[in-house]
Amino acid sequence: MDIGLTHYLVLSTILFSIGLYGVLKRKNLLLLFFSTEIMLNAVNIGLVAVGNHYGDLTGQMFAFFIIAVAASEVAVGLGLLVLWYRKHQTIDLDSLQDMKG
Amino acid sequence: MEKYLLIALFAPIVGSLFAAIFGDRPKNVITGIVTSALLGISFLASFYLLTYVDETHIVKVELFTWILAGNFTIPFNFIADPVSVIMMVTVTTVSTAVHVYSMGYMANDKGYNRYFSYLSAFVFSMMILVMSNNFLGLFIGWEGVGLCSWLLIGHWYHKHSASWAANEAFIMNRVADLGMLVGLFILFWNIGSLEYDVVFENIGSLDNDTVTLAAIFLFVGAMGKSAQFPLHTWLADAMEGPTPVSALIHAATMVTAGVYLVIRANEIFALVPDVGFFIACLGAFVAMFAASMALVNNDLKRIIAYSTLSQLGYMFVAAGLGAYWIALFHLMTHAFFKSVLFLGAGNVMHAMDDELNIKKMGGLNSSMKYTGLIMILASLALSGIFPFAGFFSKDAILEVAFAEHAYILWAMLWVSAGLTAFYSFRLVMLVFFGKKEHKKFGFNPHETYTFVLLAMTPLAILAIVSGFFGGAFESYVTQILPHYDNHHHISGAAILIAMTLALAIGGIMFAVYKYSNGGFDKKLEQTFIYKLLINQYYIPEAYDRFLVQPFTRASTYAWLNIDNKIVDGTVDLIATTIYKTGDKTRAMQSGNLSKMLRWMVVGLVVLLTLALFYRP
Repeated sequence: MDIGLTHYLVLSTILFSIGLYGVLKRKNLLLLFFSTEIMLNAVNIGLVAVGNHYGDLTGQMFAFFIIAVAASEVAVGLGLLVLWYRKHQTIDLDSLQDMKG
Repeated sequence: MEKYLLIALFAPIVGSLFAAIFGDRPKNVITGIVTSALLGISFLASFYLLTYVDETHIVKVELFTWILAGNFTIPFNFIADPVSVIMMVTVTTVSTAVHVYSMGYMANDKGYNRYFSYLSAFVFSMMILVMSNNFLGLFIGWEGVGLCSWLLIGHWYHKHSASWAANEAFIMNRVADLGMLVGLFILFWNIGSLEYDVVFENIGSLDNDTVTLAAIFLFVGAMGKSAQFPLHTWLADAMEGPTPVSALIHAATMVTAGVYLVIRANEIFALVPDVGFFIACLGAFVAMFAASMALVNNDLKRIIAYSTLSQLGYMFVAAGLGAYWIALFHLMTHAFFKSVLFLGAGNVMHAMDDELNIKKMGGLNSSMKYTGLIMILASLALSGIFPFAGFFSKDAILEVAFAEHAYILWAMLWVSAGLTAFYSFRLVMLVFFGKKEHKKFGFNPHETYTFVLLAMTPLAILAIVSGFFGGAFESYVTQILPHYDNHHHISGAAILIAMTLALAIGGIMFAVYKYSNGGFDKKLEQTFIYKLLINQYYIPEAYDRFLVQPFTRASTYAWLNIDNKIVDGTVDLIATTIYKTGDKTRAMQSGNLSKMLRWMVVGLVVLLTLALFYRP
């Protein structure tokens, strides 16, 4: 069985759904980060697959961009997370309610 | 020559604007002096034009194009031809005198500066009305005088009756002006222009029904301005304004605008003699109807107001029967003697601390000799006694009615002439002669300022002598108005004149005799006819009951139900919906991150779905 574009896109969709489920269900901020990473990489797979299918490098280039942005996002995000943990001794999502009006 | 036309036209508005600068300041005599002087300049310019303008020397000025839309061109253009020049001279003569008079009459009024601003603005509007060379310009002036009339009737706006009367006059005129607008629309629709020249050139090519319709609608406008039945009630109520205003606006100039319109548009009315005859019939009816109401009224100014109505009826008879120059002639002589009559009444009011009931006066001649003399002369002119002005013009109208074989109209006018003589001298007798009733009420009558009397003198002289200019007047204005030579038609003109004169003198003698012997029996006041007349044929009451009150009820209903419930309800519904939506959806903004993420996903799903199914 040849592995074609459809398979890649299905994989991408499945990964994205898993990530989305994680974002919706998890209360732990760290797991939330994992989930967003999964979603981002699901998109990356989709982009690379489609780029390959059309013989266009733009998809791969875009994927590199996402990887770079995601890396810096995680760096900043984890830094904030550490600060938050030091201050509140918890990384539970529901504790982030300072902005409630 | 254009220069003089522009000076005559714009001098009053300069005065008005100057006085307006002082509008909110305390009395400043300079406003009165400047406006009067500018009016004098306007009068001199008009008079100079009178000596210059004739058939071959018609002055036309086009200031600029006012409206230019497709084929629709309305220029701001003015004309000084014999008819408008006569009107200009009449208007400026009377208004100059009234301005000077007002400086005395309004001397102690708080709204002195404001008053002069309005008065000059009125003269400006009136000049536009008579000088415009197209119907739209005439309409602008027409509305302008209406506005100034409203401002001046309501000059003492803190008095409820004055502001009410101002509104009544304005609203009634609006009703009639709509008719006039429709008439103008008909003319424009069929001819494509509102220029006098173009309209009159092409009016003959229209079919008869259209011309009839246009003439009727134009006349409706004239009826409102000239207070003809059934739109007459505002004129008597307009007497709430200061007396010089009554003299200028509600006797000499504005109310004659309707007559001027018919004269100006004579080429339209000449094509439809049936409409003309209707105008004449209405005029004769109003002449008698108004004179009868003047018989019993006890209000000094209202008597003169009804007399004005009656004389306007005379003018419309002449205009309706095609004797346009005679209508204009009566308009002019009437302007002189009626304005001076009003100004005399103003002096009396001043002397009597604004008391208007003539039953409370009497014997004022001893303390106000000069005013009394002027009033008597003006009343003689009004009654049509030889050799005063009214004799010549009024008699000419009666001859026209006779020559046109409109014997019923003639009889009505003849009777009205008798009634006019009677009520004029009833007023004179009750005010200036007889027992000094005012002593009982503690009044201390005194003659007014000398300069005020001097201001009245030219008008009084004109009221006496202007009739003698009839011949010259005829040859002057018939250069552009149709000729009307009634001497061919009747042989017994002398008998007619004698009959009218006899009736007028009889009326005067009767009034003098009756009121020098203590007046009429009190029992007469219980009769049906007296009650009918004193209540003005119950017409104001009928208007109140059948028009004003139902309209008020309908308005109240519409306000409470339609406006409050439907209109306001719709607006409120929109507001409350938005407010409630906001209130409910506010809960979404809980500040909880996981909830927000959930909403984000919902938004994403919605947008994706839209992107899938929406195909523009």
